[in-house]
Amino acid sequence: MKKENDNGKPRHRYGMVIDLDKCTGCGTCMIACAAENNVSVRPDQSDKERAITWMRLYKITNGKEFPDTEVSYFPRPCMHCDHHPPCVSVCVATATKLDFNTGIVSQIYTRCIGCRYCQAACPYGARYFNWWDAYFPKDKGLDRYLSPEVSPRMRGVVEKCTFCHHRLMRAKEQAYAEGRREIEEHEYQTACTEACPVQAITFGDLNNPDHKVSKLVKHPFTFRLLERLGTEPKVYYYSSRDWVRKLGDNFLPGEYKPVLHKTWMQEEWSTKPGRDTY
Amino acid sequence: MKNRANPSERPSQSEGASSRAGFFPKWLNINVAVQDVGFFLVGLIAALIVGWVVFPAVLYSKQTQPMNFNHRLHVSPDIGIDGETREERCAYCHEFRDDGTFAGIPKLDKCTECHDDPESPLGDTPQEKEFLERYVSGGKEIPWLIYSRQPDCVYFSHIAHVNMGELSCDTCHGDFADNEKLPVYQENRLTGYSINIWGKRISGIYGDKKPADRMKMDDCAECHTKMGQEQNNSCFVCHK
Ligand code: HEC
Ligand code: HEC
Ligand code: HEC
Ligand code: HEC
Ligand code: HEC
Repeated sequence: MKKENDNGKPRHRYGMVIDLDKCTGCGTCMIACAAENNVSVRPDQSDKERAITWMRLYKITNGKEFPDTEVSYFPRPCMHCDHHPPCVSVCVATATKLDFNTGIVSQIYTRCIGCRYCQAACPYGARYFNWWDAYFPKDKGLDRYLSPEVSPRMRGVVEKCTFCHHRLMRAKEQAYAEGRREIEEHEYQTACTEACPVQAITFGDLNNPDHKVSKLVKHPFTFRLLERLGTEPKVYYYSSRDWVRKLGDNFLPGEYKPVLHKTWMQEEWSTKPGRDTY
Repeated sequence: MKNRANPSERPSQSEGASSRAGFFPKWLNINVAVQDVGFFLVGLIAALIVGWVVFPAVLYSKQTQPMNFNHRLHVSPDIGIDGETREERCAYCHEFRDDGTFAGIPKLDKCTECHDDPESPLGDTPQEKEFLERYVSGGKEIPWLIYSRQPDCVYFSHIAHVNMGELSCDTCHGDFADNEKLPVYQENRLTGYSINIWGKRISGIYGDKKPADRMKMDDCAECHTKMGQEQNNSCFVCHK
């Protein structure tokens, strides 16, 4: 993977690690995301086929009978695939692109023609179509919460998680005001990361060895969804449970190799800095 | 074919055309051809007038600002705004907030730092009296129309260009701050965008085009490319 852009300037690769051991499935990330990004609500928000949730929470179980049942929750933002994102290659209007400098997959609503190819192509179901014009009920005061930093969407376009890209721009402006060019890790954090009450989400630059994410992704318990498709998602998950990691991809019987828990905890990882909470 | 049907006419016709015979093929009727070209030109010119003069006049609605603002007077060094350079004096009103965002057009409380007493004007012009009566005495904000306002989906950062890029205001806004009278604000009836985005000339032909003439997507990108800022030409730099 290229670490520099064509100008020879350093390239960032923003990514996220979600700790499924910590996630309680409270759904705060979904709410924080919707509020931050002017995500429209429906009069009947329980219609999950049509509701828009950039950050979606799934529930998975190990499928065992009562005393052995285990449950895990699974927050799913856009994966911001790093290698030929399927949505980008099918887009007929160049409305979605992989930004080489940040690794963020952009979505330009005014360019989108609403063909929904990208929605079909996305292996993660991270894209949502606006079947109606945005709706923010006035009497509930929702319209007063609209953020001017995120442009509103219109009927007939696709939208998705942007890693709160406007927060990156905000952090850059702050840095410029102080005469800096580079931004600190804590200055650019997505809304879901900040909102998570158990701090299950870690966000940062995967190319920067000082950022926590770049260490976390090396942990043997970290995995990605459908990793073998080769799209190189930049959203990683962490789970110490084998059955959870196994659900992250479609394995043939016997193909999945469990991680040797004990060995790693004692020898390699426990001596490495960064993940002191485990 | 007609000639063959009526052979008696044939000699006279070929005689008439004989003076130009070597030049034009026989089947071409010169008079008709000239007429056709003439009609075409008349139509073309009419279409161009409609397209370049009538259409823009219809397309853009003209609105006047709520009041006149004399920029030239307020940026002149001798009315009490400190600052060595011109740009420093601009920053008295058009300032950056601490978080790097651009405050844009100043609010009324900036004006009332000098025009503080509605009863005693600083000069003796009727414009100032009107300004004091209509806005200062009631504490009412002036609803300015913004010439350079970009569409909702566009993200623009003044601090990146002014502080980091070291561009002067005049690069992009031309000699706007030398005006004594505000120009007419023209709004596209279809898109609702100001004419400053698409440029005053609908033909798009400027000769030596400057950023202040027009500020479409390509114009932003053109300057970025010219200044070696290609990394700022990906969608999510200028869009939000
Ligand atoms: C006394 C305060 C004051 C100072 C000093 C000042 N301006 Fe302004 N400026 C305003 C006000 C008020 C407006 C809104 C009215 C208008 O559109 O002209 C404005 C509008 C503008 C606009 C138009 C924005 C738009 O797109 O509608 C530009 C450009 C501008 N100023 C540039 C400058 C520059 C450059 C300087 C310094 C040379 C400067 N100003 C100094 C008060 C000021
Ligand atoms: C630094 C002090 C200062 C500030 C700030 C200031 N003005 Fe003035 N302004 C003056 C002075 C001094 C005059 C009188 C000039 C004269 O007529 O001799 C004046 C004159 C005017 C006039 C009359 C101009 C004319 O054409 O004769 C208007 C209108 C006006 N100001 C509006 C504004 C507005 C609107 C603002 C806020 C954006 C503002 N001023 C901010 C100092 C200031
Ligand atoms: C690189 C080009 C560029 C430069 C340099 C530049 N501007 Fe602007 N300016 C713009 C654009 C583009 C907009 C429209 C921004 C938008 O709509 O988000 C704008 C908007 C404005 C506005 C209206 C803002 C608002 O929304 O209230 C003012 C006032 C202004 N500029 C003043 C200045 C001043 C003063 C300077 C110098 C310190 C300056 N500009 C330098 C391009 C530029
Ligand atoms: C006159 C040249 C010029 C024009 C016109 C211009 N830019 Fe820029 N722009 C620059 C330069 C130079 C930089 C790099 C500043 C730096 O970081 O040193 C830049 C940087 C930026 C950035 C900075 C991103 C960041 O945070 O680092 C954004 C956003 C941007 N331009 C948007 C726009 C938009 C939108 C327009 C058109 C409305 C525009 N620019 C027009 C010269 C220009
Ligand atoms: C250098 C800054 C810049 C970049 C990079 C940029 N745009 Fe734009 N874009 C603008 C500006 C400024 C406008 C508004 C003026 C106009 O209509 O040209 C705009 C307008 C648009 C519009 C029309 C929106 C409307 O409401 O009229 C679309 C669609 C669009 N851009 C798509 C894209 C796509 C897709 C990309 C990436 C391939 C992109 N833009 C990259 C600056 C930029």
